[in-house]
Amino acid sequence: MKLSNKTVDRIATAVFYFFAFLIIVLLAGLIGFILFRGIGHLSFDFLTSPPETFKTGGGIGPQLFNSLFLLVLTMLITVPLGIGAGIYMAEYSKPGKFTDFIRLVVEVLSSFPSIVVGLFGLLVFVNYFDLEFSLLAGALALTVFNLPLMVRITEQGIRGVPREQKEAGLALGLTRWKTITKVMLPVALPTILTGTILAAGRVFGEAAALLFTAGMSSPRLDFTDWNPFSPVSPLNPLRPAETLAVHIWKINSEGIAPDAAQIAAGASAVLIITVLLFNLGSRWLGRYLYRKLTASR
Amino acid sequence: MTSIMEIERLNLHYGEFHALKNMKLDIPKQTVTAFIGPSGCGKSTFLRTLNRMNDLVPGVQIDGSVKLDGQDIYSDDTDVETLRKRVGMVFQQPNPFPKSIFDNVAYGPRLHGIKDKARLNEIVERSLRGASLWEEVKDLLNKSALSLSGGQQQRLCIARALAVEPDVLLMDEATSALDPISTLKIEELVRELKKDYTIVMVTHNMHQAARVSDRTAFFLNGELVETDDTEKLFSNPVDSRTEDYITGRFG
Repeated sequence: MKLSNKTVDRIATAVFYFFAFLIIVLLAGLIGFILFRGIGHLSFDFLTSPPETFKTGGGIGPQLFNSLFLLVLTMLITVPLGIGAGIYMAEYSKPGKFTDFIRLVVEVLSSFPSIVVGLFGLLVFVNYFDLEFSLLAGALALTVFNLPLMVRITEQGIRGVPREQKEAGLALGLTRWKTITKVMLPVALPTILTGTILAAGRVFGEAAALLFTAGMSSPRLDFTDWNPFSPVSPLNPLRPAETLAVHIWKINSEGIAPDAAQIAAGASAVLIITVLLFNLGSRWLGRYLYRKLTASR
Repeated sequence: MTSIMEIERLNLHYGEFHALKNMKLDIPKQTVTAFIGPSGCGKSTFLRTLNRMNDLVPGVQIDGSVKLDGQDIYSDDTDVETLRKRVGMVFQQPNPFPKSIFDNVAYGPRLHGIKDKARLNEIVERSLRGASLWEEVKDLLNKSALSLSGGQQQRLCIARALAVEPDVLLMDEATSALDPISTLKIEELVRELKKDYTIVMVTHNMHQAARVSDRTAFFLNGELVETDDTEKLFSNPVDSRTEDYITGRFG
């Protein structure tokens, strides 16, 4: 039997709708499940108090702080490097073997399993450079992990600027540097920013690369001591720091507090809510900046 | 009449392709010179050698001399940025920056170091008046340039170019993306502008060249076939190829 084109078309349409539906159901189910299990456990106390090893009632305060602080540290390193390299790739590199090689390296780097990046961090940053388990070592490992994404996003953003805009800048007698910074970067900024926040979401949720770099424990932190050189200060970048994602993994695998399962569920909910906020925030900020920078209503 | 730009023995290659062949042209001060010819004849490429915009294209090689007020713009001691300030450009597609009308015009002067608000206001008003746009936008200076019509955007681009006080203004098919009424406005504007500036325009529209230019150069297949006073070139061309083109036998 031969099906008419129209029938084939209808079947194909139905199949694609089904796939789209499947993905939505999968996502909704996953998020719903995690939130359903964890949200009852959320409270101000849970978000701010330190964890307990043997008793119930422990919180995730230091872990949450560590995750955010590590995020800031990583971005401080990743963003300038990534934007610089991205501008080079988009505007200065000449097509040829060398540029192709850089691109290949960036691609390979971005497909590295994060556990391997973690081991690399252990060998190079923790041991060789003697940073020990520290926020800084973790931030450097995550930089290795995120730099390719950042470079690619910047390059795409800059390349996406219409040629007419670039020529308009140059024709006004602007130098290449000023054309890039004052004409092209503002146009590319929403793209770059959206990508940066997505990268931030990855940093926030990353666990494997941090096990051997930022470590799996935190010292007792004194949240009244803001001197970054003091060993108990939360701001000290050379102290070990267990992040939220690592904490979830640890509690699930070796937690002995009686309420370990609830704590893991609550922490997972916090993690996923934060990542969702990053994603929504990046969209909103991208749109806002675009409107603001282009003065369009 | 004194020439502001003198081009001699100009050759341009894109890799193997010989795009401009041994061209010679004088551009007299405060006149409108029009370049006509079929697509791909080299007229836009030639225009872009006059402010060195071809430098951006990889694989381009340029020989010969292009002089602005007697100075070779391709010599080593030429500062490209200074050159482009003196030889401004308006493109085929209106390309305002995605910013306010005021910021578009103030862009060049600001980045060339003018900070004083009063002076910027004065430059913006003068440039917008120069581009016959002031009356239409004087109450909308903080609105996005993208909210203007295509014709207004193109006049804004002219104002933006005028704001850095060029001597020469290059127009690369500046009306080809516009409707007839906007085109007429820009043609009127060009006739106004030649009192203060030297204008070189590429046009695909012979009638436009006849309407607004003083001198016309006819390009064909990378050669500059004939240059003459516009009236003479259109009524009594010397080269038979020019005659074939302007009488519509090809192109």
